[in-house]
Amino acid sequence: MLSKEQIARRIAREIKDGQYINLGIGIPTLVANYIPDHLQVVLQSENGLLGIGPYPQSSDINPDLVNAGKETISMVKGSSLFDSADAFAMIRGGHIDMAILGALEVSENGDISNWKIASGLIKGVGGALDLVASDAKLLVAMLHCHKDGSSKLRKQCKFPVTGVRCVHKIFTDLGVFSILPEGGFKLLEHAPGVDPDEIRKKTEGRLVIKGEIPEMTGFQ
Amino acid sequence: MINKEVRDAEDAIRDITDGSVLLLGGFGLCGIPEAGIQALVRKNLKGLTCISNNAGVDDFGVGLLLKKRMLKKLIASYVGENKEFEDQYRAGELELELIPQGTLAERIRAGGAGIPAFFTPAGIGSELAEGKEIREFDGRLYLLERWIKADFALVKAWKGDTAGNLIYKGTARNFNPLMAAAGKTTIAEVEQLVPAGELDPNQIHTPGIYVQRIFEGAGYEKRIENITVSP
Repeated sequence: MLSKEQIARRIAREIKDGQYINLGIGIPTLVANYIPDHLQVVLQSENGLLGIGPYPQSSDINPDLVNAGKETISMVKGSSLFDSADAFAMIRGGHIDMAILGALEVSENGDISNWKIASGLIKGVGGALDLVASDAKLLVAMLHCHKDGSSKLRKQCKFPVTGVRCVHKIFTDLGVFSILPEGGFKLLEHAPGVDPDEIRKKTEGRLVIKGEIPEMTGFQ
Repeated sequence: MINKEVRDAEDAIRDITDGSVLLLGGFGLCGIPEAGIQALVRKNLKGLTCISNNAGVDDFGVGLLLKKRMLKKLIASYVGENKEFEDQYRAGELELELIPQGTLAERIRAGGAGIPAFFTPAGIGSELAEGKEIREFDGRLYLLERWIKADFALVKAWKGDTAGNLIYKGTARNFNPLMAAAGKTTIAEVEQLVPAGELDPNQIHTPGIYVQRIFEGAGYEKRIENITVSP
């Protein structure tokens, strides 16, 4: 089983040179730490920034500079600032190449549920709903199971859906999956020490395992 | 130039009354109209409808209005872990309308731009689409969303001049320019107010036409929600 940091490291390998990327809150935020130095990519913050840099040194904290998680950040060279309507024009307008988001659940036909739910109440959705409706390639980072052990990879989402048929790939602590056009989670890689039978047991939706499944690498 | 300067926050909000509909700028606690919110709290108004991306925290920002039970309705994209909000919402004392952040921004932009409605892909297939018109364009489905306008908009900028021109700083811009245009009476508070002519017209983000009143706020706390630093 992978830690959250290891999931983030594995997803970072999906990033390609020249991409504009939006990272969601949670595991996706960690991905920024593992983007290889030789790639030129730009991270968007949907409150109004292209070019998120690392967290600042404590002497450089600026209350007028936060990311979508309301964390203090810095800007890289060549950054630009804009209002929130422009930020979402970039998202809906197909200018953002890839979005990496967390999720409560994903269904076998690629539906996603990623509201913020706490103590039984829907607390909001932020920009996630606009992102999942955009043309950006959508990668999901999440743990494979809920805290009660039930699967987050489901035939249908238990929680209200935020977007339909929009997820491209899912990265969990157990493996990497793509969504098949006809529906179903196709196992692409399994985590070290996790055999496909265990993944089958923990996947409620249709799981397709074809041939020899490689072990996940590139997260060390 | 028309002089928009007013004395202070109290003067600026003088005609906001019980039941007013307010646009409040800011994202989280970043770029919120601190002085205006504090003046509203002192006036202790009731039955307000606030359109704000977030609900603040328990003791700062929009959270202060919640704490004094001044809100009837909140229109937001994310309310987070605000205990006061949760209690009032569960008790049925507060209405909440959750809107995707991009749809919220565009609805406000549309309000200021005189566009009564538009189609967006956000929300298709979700419960937010219920009861809304759906139309297909070039093989994809889109939801009809309406503009948002309000009696008053309270926005915060870094610098402004007496003609109402505004310049924002960093990500404190967020919803402020959109709301400035969508308020019937827009009240801008700034950290530095200068005479008209002192700001470079090339650098203005919000032209003064959208601002009816402007004042320089004092003692900005600019509280940070999550301080994160590099190791």
